[in-house]
Amino acid sequence: MFDRRLIENFDWGLVILIFLISSVGLVILYSALTAGQQLTDGMPVLFKKQLVWMISGFVIMMVTLIIDFRDLDKLNIFIYVICIGLLISVLLFGHLGGGSRRWLILGFARVQPSELMKIALIISLASVYSTSVSQTGLNFRKLIIPTILCIIPFLLIVNQPDLGTGLLLLLIAGTITMFVKVERRVFFAVTFIGLATIPLVWLFALKDYQKFRVLTFLNPDRDPLGAGYHIIQSKIAIGSGMLTGKGFLKGTQNALSFLPEQHTDFIVSVLAEEWGLVGCSILLILYFFLLFWGLNISYTCRNMFGSILAFGVTAMIFWQICINIGMVMGLIPVVGVPLPMVSYGGSSVVTNMVGFGILLNISMRKFSSN
Amino acid sequence: MTEFSKNPDRDWIKQRLIGASICILFVFVILFLRLVFLQIIKGEEFRLLSEKNAVRLKSIKSSRGLIFDRKNRLLVDNRPSFNLKIVLEDAGEVEQTLKKVADLTLIPFEELNKNIHQAGKGAFYKSISLKNNISRNQLAIVEAHKFDLPGIHIDIEPTRHYIHEKMAAHLLGYLGQINIKELKSGRYANVKAGDPIGRYGIEKSFQRYLQGKRGGRQIEVDANGRTIKVLKTVDPIAGLDLHLTLDLNLQRLAEKLLINKDGAVVVIDPNNGDVLVMASNPSFNQNDFIGGISTKKWNILMNDSGKPMNNKAIQAEYPPASTYKIITSFAGLEEKHIDKNTTAFCPGFFKYGNRVYRCWNRNGHGEVNLLDSLEQSCDVFYYQTGDKIGVDALAQYASKSGLGKRTGISLENEKRGLIPTSDWKVKRYKESWQGGETLSVAIGQGYNLVTPLQMAVFISAVGNGGTLYKPRIVTMIKNSQGKVIENIEPKITGHLPVSPETLQIVKKGLFNVVHGSKGTARRIRIKDVEIAGKTGTAQVFSIKSGEKIDNEELSYFLRDHAWFVSYAPAEKPTIAVCVIIEHGEHGASAAAPIAGELIEYYIKNLSPKVKLGN
Repeated sequence: MFDRRLIENFDWGLVILIFLISSVGLVILYSALTAGQQLTDGMPVLFKKQLVWMISGFVIMMVTLIIDFRDLDKLNIFIYVICIGLLISVLLFGHLGGGSRRWLILGFARVQPSELMKIALIISLASVYSTSVSQTGLNFRKLIIPTILCIIPFLLIVNQPDLGTGLLLLLIAGTITMFVKVERRVFFAVTFIGLATIPLVWLFALKDYQKFRVLTFLNPDRDPLGAGYHIIQSKIAIGSGMLTGKGFLKGTQNALSFLPEQHTDFIVSVLAEEWGLVGCSILLILYFFLLFWGLNISYTCRNMFGSILAFGVTAMIFWQICINIGMVMGLIPVVGVPLPMVSYGGSSVVTNMVGFGILLNISMRKFSSN
Repeated sequence: MTEFSKNPDRDWIKQRLIGASICILFVFVILFLRLVFLQIIKGEEFRLLSEKNAVRLKSIKSSRGLIFDRKNRLLVDNRPSFNLKIVLEDAGEVEQTLKKVADLTLIPFEELNKNIHQAGKGAFYKSISLKNNISRNQLAIVEAHKFDLPGIHIDIEPTRHYIHEKMAAHLLGYLGQINIKELKSGRYANVKAGDPIGRYGIEKSFQRYLQGKRGGRQIEVDANGRTIKVLKTVDPIAGLDLHLTLDLNLQRLAEKLLINKDGAVVVIDPNNGDVLVMASNPSFNQNDFIGGISTKKWNILMNDSGKPMNNKAIQAEYPPASTYKIITSFAGLEEKHIDKNTTAFCPGFFKYGNRVYRCWNRNGHGEVNLLDSLEQSCDVFYYQTGDKIGVDALAQYASKSGLGKRTGISLENEKRGLIPTSDWKVKRYKESWQGGETLSVAIGQGYNLVTPLQMAVFISAVGNGGTLYKPRIVTMIKNSQGKVIENIEPKITGHLPVSPETLQIVKKGLFNVVHGSKGTARRIRIKDVEIAGKTGTAQVFSIKSGEKIDNEELSYFLRDHAWFVSYAPAEKPTIAVCVIIEHGEHGASAAAPIAGELIEYYIKNLSPKVKLGN
């Protein structure tokens, strides 16, 4: 079963990159979690949990290598349906936290099916597009199924409500679709329809409180006691890091609990405060290499499904980085999107590890063509 | 068109990927430039802000909704109070600062310190209340020394104020600080630690309307924690105002009439179910609960045998006694066991099997028909009638008349009462129903239990021709600008299970209770006002063995409860009154006069001075 060529082609470079990013993540997480605490308190519980998640993620990643990625092509409907089922059960009996239902309690852990849905959607889209792709681009008819595939999970996730993850899903799907290319008239038509429906949805579909939420999302200053305040504190934290930072565990914004969600969505501000521009640049460079590596795997793969799949996973990682860092620095609206391998969160870590597993999988089988 | 199936054109893919790489590079350059802008160009400025921890959030309390009576008289409002607070981060040596505050204000150090401990970890930048509602003298001395007291500040915040102390305390309720469990329950949106929430009465059941929404400020502070600049403000939204059905003066009169008595008065407008009065005595002072009631006062309330914390109008259950004869009359007439002319001979007792059931009048009423029996409250007539009807048929009439179930008033912890059936007894006691027990039930003794509110709703329905209303306490909810947010309409919950003819006969009997020559309540007659009603005297059996009560008290607690249910004017009533006086002995002497005074005051629209003396 296990070809010797597979071992020879094992992508050590990618594994090392993942390892480096995870290490940086753990260092920052440790700092974020020990904020304002005595060192004698010992290792924070969440830090241990994250370590466990990373190790289990790594094991899952290795396990996914056994399955040939081309089998995912055949299993795609199965995987998709399971994830949709999980999303529906979240709406029915999910755990309520912070005003939304996002988690399923599975005895030992809370699972966020919307995270797993990303991978399922990427696999399904790659499968559909791999048979319909053409150099001139896709026409309307060929976009019907992909659209349905996106809309179902999107509506389910937005209903939780988790607007951030819902939009992220659309962004990933849109990026993959742009990658396989659509006909020019399709592109313009979709853009036009999209722009035209926004006012209609705004006027007729949204309730007042939903409008407020969207407006706040677009402009945090509308909510100076919530999102607006978080952004100010986050900017102060990042800016105060200056070139070299205040030093490990020396961040004051961090230590005094000024930052909201400092171990999850706002973790970059901890990095920026304690390690300065130098630390941030290192993380950005590591991420840049990672993304480039992903695109390279897509290029070298001789199988259309594999190429699109690799691109999709890379797009997923890219958008998370871009949205999270952009938000924390006050460039884009406040959305709850975790930073890959750095933010605390089991579902996120496992999802990204599965994604990397897929990349490794494609990478080591790139020379087999069918 | 070239057909691509599984084998992509490498050049084409490469071209697409180069496009993607350029996008990624572009985004990363933007992110990097933004970092340079924040950390290098504006870094110095942000470093300074972070060192002072200068930008903070300060919460602004919203003021709770006002409560008005039916004539727009203000019952509950908010008064500004001076609340002494501390921000730990700015206080330097917290203990020293607190000691200084204690010396200046004469507030014990322990009391101040207690609140800091409760605030717990991670509260460095939040204002912690040290002492609410400090006096003007204390305010002046703290302000004068404010530069010696780092981190200490005074907030002027709205605080609940009950204008008429003790008035309608059970109905209006009181507030208490939200506890950790309630905060975590997620049932209270927009409420933070330290906020008051309704704990009783209307304050509790209308909490979500009354509470309003907190506002806040983003502020920049100096090294001492004093505000230099307000960056942004979100104004708090005041809670919604409630307009009650309560009549302030009638309520006060009812409470005056209850002084030194244990009991309850409920007055209802029979035409819509509006609760005009809900009084329960003994009572408590709601203002004592503001900022936390002292343990001493709480213990006094809890140890009072009159149970001041109980709203007797909805939470106390009593045997309905002779007032229940209205139900027995309904059932007898409707089931055709008796008619207007049926008579019974009352020798003062009734033999059933080998037991003797006594009439309250040991000398007997002689030959009586239904009207006589209602007027004079003859027990023997109802023993005979009840025996014919049977307990289960009787229970049906009681249930359909709204007894034995909650009225649905918007207050928590309303009791159901109890209407016994033979099935109920088997379930409850594993014993079958005894025929003799039906006799007790027919005159409202035995297992029957009702609340004063149920009886008020019931007698209203008798008066208004048979319509049972859900008792309404709030008519209108307005926002602070006076805009009506919600109108609460009267709601019909059912109809008495009787024909107009039956009702007419019974109403005639109730009229005679006051206006007949032998009527049990004939002494409460008022000039020009026709009152109909029914007296009741509920026996108190239940002294538990082993309970130690000294002799004087024993005799008090053995005395019967006095009932009077009534409405006026008898033809087309505008008011229905239910009075219960615990251990008041006779309905006619203890309860009926209170109802008489309330009816007179209301119908003759007397000036408050006449009765209330101010």
